[in-house]
Amino acid sequence: MSKFKNKKSAQLPEISTASLPDIVFMLLFFFMVATVMRQNTLMIQNKLPVADQIEKLDKKDLVMYIYAGKPSSRYRASAGNQARVQLNDKFADVTDIKAFILAERASKREEVIPFLTTALKVDGDTNMGLVGDIKSELREVNALKINYTTRTGDVKDNFNP
Amino acid sequence: MTRRLAPSVNAGSMADIAFLLLIFFLVSTTIETDVGIMRKLPPIIDDPSDITIKKKNIFRVELNQSNELLVDGTIMKVKDLKTAAIAFLDNGGGTGDLTCAYCKGNHNAKSSDNPNKAVISFVNSRETNYETYIAVQNELISAYTELRNREAKKIYGISYIEMKKRLKKTNSKEDKKVLKERIKIIQSMYPEKISEAEPRT
Repeated sequence: MSKFKNKKSAQLPEISTASLPDIVFMLLFFFMVATVMRQNTLMIQNKLPVADQIEKLDKKDLVMYIYAGKPSSRYRASAGNQARVQLNDKFADVTDIKAFILAERASKREEVIPFLTTALKVDGDTNMGLVGDIKSELREVNALKINYTTRTGDVKDNFNP
Repeated sequence: MTRRLAPSVNAGSMADIAFLLLIFFLVSTTIETDVGIMRKLPPIIDDPSDITIKKKNIFRVELNQSNELLVDGTIMKVKDLKTAAIAFLDNGGGTGDLTCAYCKGNHNAKSSDNPNKAVISFVNSRETNYETYIAVQNELISAYTELRNREAKKIYGISYIEMKKRLKKTNSKEDKKVLKERIKIIQSMYPEKISEAEPRT
């Protein structure tokens, strides 16, 4: 009987945490492999519209991003309430797009230039006037491949507020 | 001769360091790939020559400043647009050279002659909402996709979308060549002809 009593009174052994770093490293490597670096900090509202006739935009190095939408609340005091264009990390004018595209092209290898795509990440609540202006600027620099970036889903969701 | 044990390194803080790195990567990276509607803008032509298109071969889609959709002059809901577009594209009312053997439409003489001749003209106002614009674009493209799927299934037994997916996945050169050829044939049966004019104020 005394044997049983001895065991009961013995202290619980400490749980070994030696494998915790290994687990965390495993998670770390997963994230390092599966993700890409964020490119731009958004300064505008960017709730993309929904569509289902979509194609994937892989090969991220061949994509140029143009953002547009109303400035987010932090920047409203300095940038106003009207929809604006954002290139890289700054607010820009529609006329700056040409220079932006040319600069992007210059930074790429020559053989990939025909495959460059411009992704238009435009907030759903923007007027088509701005988008039309962006498109005509793009036509002028001959950047004709564009992609209206959207979320995946049913088109009907566009009309529910 | 005393045998000393090698001193053990305290690895307790290793987890903290790893967590720190992990959190850095969580914050600074994104996982999702972008998706969207691919379009090609028309190049600028210096001296546009006049091309006359018969009125019956044009499907006029218009979005006005209050986001109302007008198709050939009558108000329509976005959800009915796809059916209307399919009926127009697949009409095949032409005779003689313009006969469309694979069209399954009504063969109405007052609507489009042939999918090769049918043009969708899409006009929007500067005040139109971007969401509505995308919804309409999406419906027009889905009309083309549905017709292409139908023909691809009939000829090759596999839908157009499926062929495009396979083209992306496959690695063998022969498969790629065959698929590209087939996709081209299907596209030539229902060529995407969406013309977007300059927006109206």
